[in-house]
Amino acid sequence: MATQHSRSAARIMISPAVVLLLAWMIVPLVLTVYFSLLRYNLLMPGTERFVGFLNYKLFYQNPAFWTAMLNTLLLVGGVLIITVVGGILLAILLDQPIWGQGIVRILVIAPFFVMPTVSALVWKNMFMNPVSGLFAEFSKAVGLAPFDFLSQAPLASIIGIVSWQWLPFATLILLTAIQSLDSEQMEAAEMDGASALSRFWYITLPHLSRAITVVILIQTIFLLSVFAEILVTTNGGPGNASTNLTYLVYARSLLNFDVGGGSAGGVVAIILANIVAIFLMRMIGKNLDA
Amino acid sequence: MARAVSTRRKIGFTIAAWAVGLAIFFPILWTILTSFKTEAEAISSPPSFLFFDWTLENYTTVQERSNYFRHFWNSVVISLGSTVLGLIIAIPAAWSMAFVPGKRTKDVLMWMLSTKMLPPVGVLIPIYLIFRDVGLLDTKTGLVIVLTLINLPIIVWMLYTYFKEIPGEILEAARMDGATLRDEIIHVLTPMAVPGIASTLLLNVILAWNEAFWTLNLTAAKAAPLTAFIASYSSPEGLFYAKLSAASTMAIAPILILGWFSQKQLVRGLTFGAVK
Amino acid sequence: MSIKRNLLVSAAGLAIAASAAHAEEITIATVNNGDMIIMQELSSQWEEETGNTINWVTLEENVLRQRVTTDIATGGGQYDIMTIGSYEAPIWGAQGWLEPVGDIEGYDYDDLIPAVREGLSHEGTLYALPFYAESSFTLYRTDLFEEAGLEMPDQPTYEQIAQFAETLTDRENELYGLCLRGKPGWGENMAFIGTLVNTFGGRWFDENWVPQLDQQPWNDALTYYLDVMEKYGPPGATSNGYNENQALFQTGKCAMWIDATSAAGRVFDPSQSDIAEHVGFTAAPIAETDKGNAWFWAWSLAIPTSSSKTEVAKDFLAWATSEDYVNLVGEEKGWVAVPPGTRVSTYENQNYIDAAPFAETVLNSIKAADPSDPTAEPVPYTGIQYVSIPEFQGIGTMVGQQFSAALAGQKSAEEALQAAQQSTMQEMQAAGYTQ
Repeated sequence: MATQHSRSAARIMISPAVVLLLAWMIVPLVLTVYFSLLRYNLLMPGTERFVGFLNYKLFYQNPAFWTAMLNTLLLVGGVLIITVVGGILLAILLDQPIWGQGIVRILVIAPFFVMPTVSALVWKNMFMNPVSGLFAEFSKAVGLAPFDFLSQAPLASIIGIVSWQWLPFATLILLTAIQSLDSEQMEAAEMDGASALSRFWYITLPHLSRAITVVILIQTIFLLSVFAEILVTTNGGPGNASTNLTYLVYARSLLNFDVGGGSAGGVVAIILANIVAIFLMRMIGKNLDA
Repeated sequence: MARAVSTRRKIGFTIAAWAVGLAIFFPILWTILTSFKTEAEAISSPPSFLFFDWTLENYTTVQERSNYFRHFWNSVVISLGSTVLGLIIAIPAAWSMAFVPGKRTKDVLMWMLSTKMLPPVGVLIPIYLIFRDVGLLDTKTGLVIVLTLINLPIIVWMLYTYFKEIPGEILEAARMDGATLRDEIIHVLTPMAVPGIASTLLLNVILAWNEAFWTLNLTAAKAAPLTAFIASYSSPEGLFYAKLSAASTMAIAPILILGWFSQKQLVRGLTFGAVK
Repeated sequence: MSIKRNLLVSAAGLAIAASAAHAEEITIATVNNGDMIIMQELSSQWEEETGNTINWVTLEENVLRQRVTTDIATGGGQYDIMTIGSYEAPIWGAQGWLEPVGDIEGYDYDDLIPAVREGLSHEGTLYALPFYAESSFTLYRTDLFEEAGLEMPDQPTYEQIAQFAETLTDRENELYGLCLRGKPGWGENMAFIGTLVNTFGGRWFDENWVPQLDQQPWNDALTYYLDVMEKYGPPGATSNGYNENQALFQTGKCAMWIDATSAAGRVFDPSQSDIAEHVGFTAAPIAETDKGNAWFWAWSLAIPTSSSKTEVAKDFLAWATSEDYVNLVGEEKGWVAVPPGTRVSTYENQNYIDAAPFAETVLNSIKAADPSDPTAEPVPYTGIQYVSIPEFQGIGTMVGQQFSAALAGQKSAEEALQAAQQSTMQEMQAAGYTQ
């Protein structure tokens, strides 16, 4: 049992982390909330004045707001579905007896190391470019008209790029989980005549549930604030077709230099992120305790 | 009865796995190949895969234009610095959560993770103004501080999941032998936790290396890491695929190589205690 | 005396005047356009001569704007020299954000083209030194025109351009009749569309600052733009800015391209361009009126007041925008590549006139472009492809986003214009121009 002594020691040891994170959260947050109540345009210094909730009203009334909300959900949801399903399939494949498993794993893991700006630039220019990209070359070779990914399907293209970056992460976690599966149980089920599909459904999938929750949690944290990929490929466009909440706030505060409006958007984004966080924490907390 | 794997089945799976692996790796491979082409060859139609005149010209052009080694060094300092600083703060915190859990421990942990969900753009201007006032703009110190803070929750959580796996009996035994708290941490826990710490370190170096929002917005030139280096090739004049590829290869190569060499540790790090 | 020695002496002289004692390290933010890349390469000479060192921050135009504006507006002080244009210089100068640069000793101010100098001043004070200046004009492929039996008039109309484009477009062979900017941004697609609106008889605001985007000329201009781009433009046009179009034109994928005159230096350069021998050029097209059909822009170097190394920065400014620098580029990189449009002496230089067949056309376009009289109907602002108020960056970029949505086929011209008008009104109200 922990003693009184070790309890207070524990408190001391945990405090630097807590204090720092608290400061990191509170100081900018207070400033952001304060700015969000001002008319504050960076380009017109000296014209700051208190406007109450006007910025919130304008941000909410902006038609781009709902588009951005929807895009954020689609982006997070889309990437999660692709990476989790793809990750499971890939993990099962890699778990099979194959020659050169180590090398294949190295190949699969690689996109995770590529910085988002680089992967966005490479995909945009060398693959998705409708004139000289590789996809266009391929379409031409088979006699089709090149598809203009970033203007005809901007959000889907970005979901594709981001999924490519996160698929290795999901695959690796799920692969490790599958490898820890009790093979005797599997063999027993096989002997009993259970089909491959029902073995997957009744044994593999429940075994993976914990790993899947972790994948969802960690990825959601990063996916909510996807930014570089959008900035590099589409600048949120065409129109607002690929603007997520993060990008909308960026456009408001750093393209229009409307710090007041941008801050109001920032506060909205923070509140939404916290709702998602609470939701996820509940889910994950349960699953991790088990 | 051991499962006898038929060779045919193995061949089938091998082909499938290699095909998928190569497909996933292809964009990187293509980038590396293109970096050795001339600009004209880089956009030639149909594209040439291996049979072109290999050239190092793009690498020299890129190096002449932007000082790669300076950016590289900034990246090293910033990612290592923030990770080590993060570990120093996180190890005691994770230790106390794992071994002296209170009623609120789980809540604190979850709260820490939730701070990572805050969209950074929302607080960029305040941070920018604070950094300006304390003179941290475009300094490595400033970036180390920011990256430490944004990755701290992940570090704490990863360490916590490792520490929890360490059986409590060992600590009890050490305590019976009269070990102090300090001894306990240094001589008993740390050695057992080294693999966990190593994988945490690796993963966070990668995350910090690739972080592209704060590193771009809080630096100009002096502290600019490789993310800024690559930003200057985003749409240069004229033909640029080969130069872009060379710059991209230079930016990702160090971390790719590090990642491959430390694959085993990293895989363990990535699992986040997800697998029991 | 050779040019190099000449440069050396003058730079050394300036350096002594500035800070002979110790070497400084300065940070310069610039755009990744070709002329700036050359400046970056050649700047090692200045470094050697003065002992100072330079940190370069080279970024894409939209990103550069965001970064330098953030820095200068918050007084961040991260940059000692910024690359800005004729839109920013007077506005920022008036805000007190820029060092006046009209008093550098030994600098040949009289050689600057008056219109350019005027465009970078506020109330008679010069706030930036021009690096290169440009107007817009029409570039076309002489070989394709010949083949098709077409002839480009000296002053084409947009109607003619559309007809030419129709004849020349050959999608099978990846030849697109007309390349225009589609990448959203006030300095990207809106720069071109701004001139198009002007020549269709439109304007951004009336004399009382009421937005005019719901008026017929905007509709005509946008409809025309969308129509020609859909029929004759390259795919992926929504991501094409100046640099992307330049790459398309250089690789022979565009039959016509209406863009900055400064592109000439690169498309005529055989080492960079596949079609250098077949490039023709003429004035920017007109539609209803000849007012404001071609833009005016001067990429310039300026020193923020937040810089602590003003003297060294001024020394670099004087070096990079001097006649000697023009000559240096001519010697090292070929005369066709020298930064155009800023100095009278450049256009008197026989080497340049011989190497650059476009020299006179460019000079005339720049002289003809008058930012103080940009539209057919009266306006309360100056600027041809921009409106000289601080709010314009935001407004222009927002409107540009709407138009790129229309270009991608997500919206009709009417819908895009309606949304653009509405958000512009909102901004202008918030800023207190209108009730």
